[in-house]
Amino acid sequence: MSIEVRHITKTFGEFTALRDVSLTVGTGELVALLGPSGSGKTTLLRIIAGLEEPDPGSGPIRFHDEDVADRSVASRQVGFVFQHYALFRHMSVFENVAFGLRVRPRRLRPSRTSIKRRVLRLLKLVQLETFAHRYPHQLSGGQRQRVALARALAIEPKVLLLDEPFGALDAKVRKELRQWLRRLHEDLHITSVFVTHDQDEALELADRVVVMNEGRIEQIGTPDEVFHHPATEFVTTFLGQVNFFRGRVENGKLHFAALTWDAPEHAHAPAQPVRVFVRPYDLEVTTCRNGAPCFSARVDRVHSAGPNVRLDLLAETGERLSVELSQERYRASRIAPGSQVFVTPRDVKVFRDS
Amino acid sequence: MSEAAAIPRAAPLRARPVRATTEPAAVRWLLIGAALGFLGLFLVVPLVAVFLQAVQGGLRLYWASITEPAARAAIRLTLWTALIAVPVNTVFGVAAAWAIAKFEFRGKQVLTTLIDLPFSVSPVVSGLVFVLLFGRNGWLGPWLEAHHLRIIFAVPGIVLATLFVTFPFVARELIPLMQAQGTEEEEAARVLGAGGWQIFWRVTLPNIKWGLLYGIILANGRAMGEFGAVSVVSGHIRGHTNTMPLHVEILYNEYNVTAAFAVASLLAMLALVTLALKSVLQWKVARDLAAATAQSSKGPRP
Repeated sequence: MSIEVRHITKTFGEFTALRDVSLTVGTGELVALLGPSGSGKTTLLRIIAGLEEPDPGSGPIRFHDEDVADRSVASRQVGFVFQHYALFRHMSVFENVAFGLRVRPRRLRPSRTSIKRRVLRLLKLVQLETFAHRYPHQLSGGQRQRVALARALAIEPKVLLLDEPFGALDAKVRKELRQWLRRLHEDLHITSVFVTHDQDEALELADRVVVMNEGRIEQIGTPDEVFHHPATEFVTTFLGQVNFFRGRVENGKLHFAALTWDAPEHAHAPAQPVRVFVRPYDLEVTTCRNGAPCFSARVDRVHSAGPNVRLDLLAETGERLSVELSQERYRASRIAPGSQVFVTPRDVKVFRDS
Repeated sequence: MSEAAAIPRAAPLRARPVRATTEPAAVRWLLIGAALGFLGLFLVVPLVAVFLQAVQGGLRLYWASITEPAARAAIRLTLWTALIAVPVNTVFGVAAAWAIAKFEFRGKQVLTTLIDLPFSVSPVVSGLVFVLLFGRNGWLGPWLEAHHLRIIFAVPGIVLATLFVTFPFVARELIPLMQAQGTEEEEAARVLGAGGWQIFWRVTLPNIKWGLLYGIILANGRAMGEFGAVSVVSGHIRGHTNTMPLHVEILYNEYNVTAAFAVASLLAMLALVTLALKSVLQWKVARDLAAATAQSSKGPRP
């Protein structure tokens, strides 16, 4: 079951949550809506579910080529996992999962025994079969999360929507559940959309990532594409740490931080100021000039605890930089706080001044 | 030597730990004593006096006082009034609380204030309002008279007045509870395919049941005990429009003290039962409210 939304706009009073958003999710895909708070990602998810209505004039919402924009939430048959799980607090785990089947009209309702069978199968799937008679307040955060997922799956949804599925969990449980959810998706292959503000989560889990900002989609692409080929300045700065320089393009050359860099893609652009971004691991640091174009900097601090070594540098042109290099290279280079180094970028992202 | 050294060190361990935030014992006993003394003087002594006065003439007289026809009529009317007013206000209170807590609409603030109105208006004034509306010289008086309908100095007036004064209890009790619980569970039910009534019966009502019961108990206590508003609209027709509190007043004014206290003791017993139920329910509501707050404060919504 594919999902397609076209030209969706949503305002809450003065606040515009979504501005003309269009998105297609293929059958069986796992897509992440990634963005900071207030970027409209949750609103988009709720509109797909039918919990919010888009503004009049918005385009269709199609589930498998069928327009569901006028259909009620109940009839859309979506599985929705709420950020705080929204488990029914007065019902046991079993009753929570059974709810979606129990409220069906009589002619569609499965028999008692088949409800029981299905609920127990789902609880086994989320590894909570021994918790059927517990109440939500007797469960840990990760267990509640899994109950919420089992409850959403009980109605055999055509699409699964998850709002910050790991938002309320601590870091360790989060990582475990993330991998577990990925495996579950591979088993069930149900079209899924999840909202997150955590880039690692989006990049690790999703087939495709939709990066959102201020109610707009900035970029849609595979984790690789959005990370290595960010389409906008926002995507560059949101996905991981970057160093920022003011620069200038002129005649196919890029000038920044006392460097000149060949930029053939800007050969025909008029001379203009640009904004230059370099990831910490795309800066090469040496203690003596090696012929490559470089600029000099002074080492301010060295953070060597961790898989990589991070250096805080002060460039000769005044920018503060963060550089990452491997432990081996660090030990071989004899870099120490206060020493002078030469910095060569390996890859830069250039965006026009807006 | 080592023994001698050990003893003084062990002694402070055995002593009661001194809490830094506590007051000296004298102050504590003075304050507790004052509170208990006040409570005894103004609550326990009168309550005991009611029961003592009631049985002063012997149990036979007590029984006769509460079973004579006028007393029985008063008890019956009080029960009927409560039986009508409490369910009506329960339905209204749940509906109002549901609307206020779970939806955003224009005029919500006005509705919230209006619900509190009966609390802020003197019951006598509320009674007078009904007289002004439905009395012989009231706005609707002539029309009612033309259709041979009696509201003032009749049972409908008493029911109306009671409805009015007991109207905030259920709603007031439910609004904060429902607001704390939020709408996420209802949304979850909606996504799972439940209809409006299914959501109400299976999700909302079980979540608020203790708060609702608490509100009902309070409303019932007031409905049976209301004096001011009912007194204005009743007309004190013995055997017809007398509720228990009015009956007590009449007996007392006729110097029939023992009978007055006998009926009053029934009201006092009702108050005690209400109080007992109230404290049990209050504890359960506090627990629900704490659970709701804990669940919704786990993280900010983006």
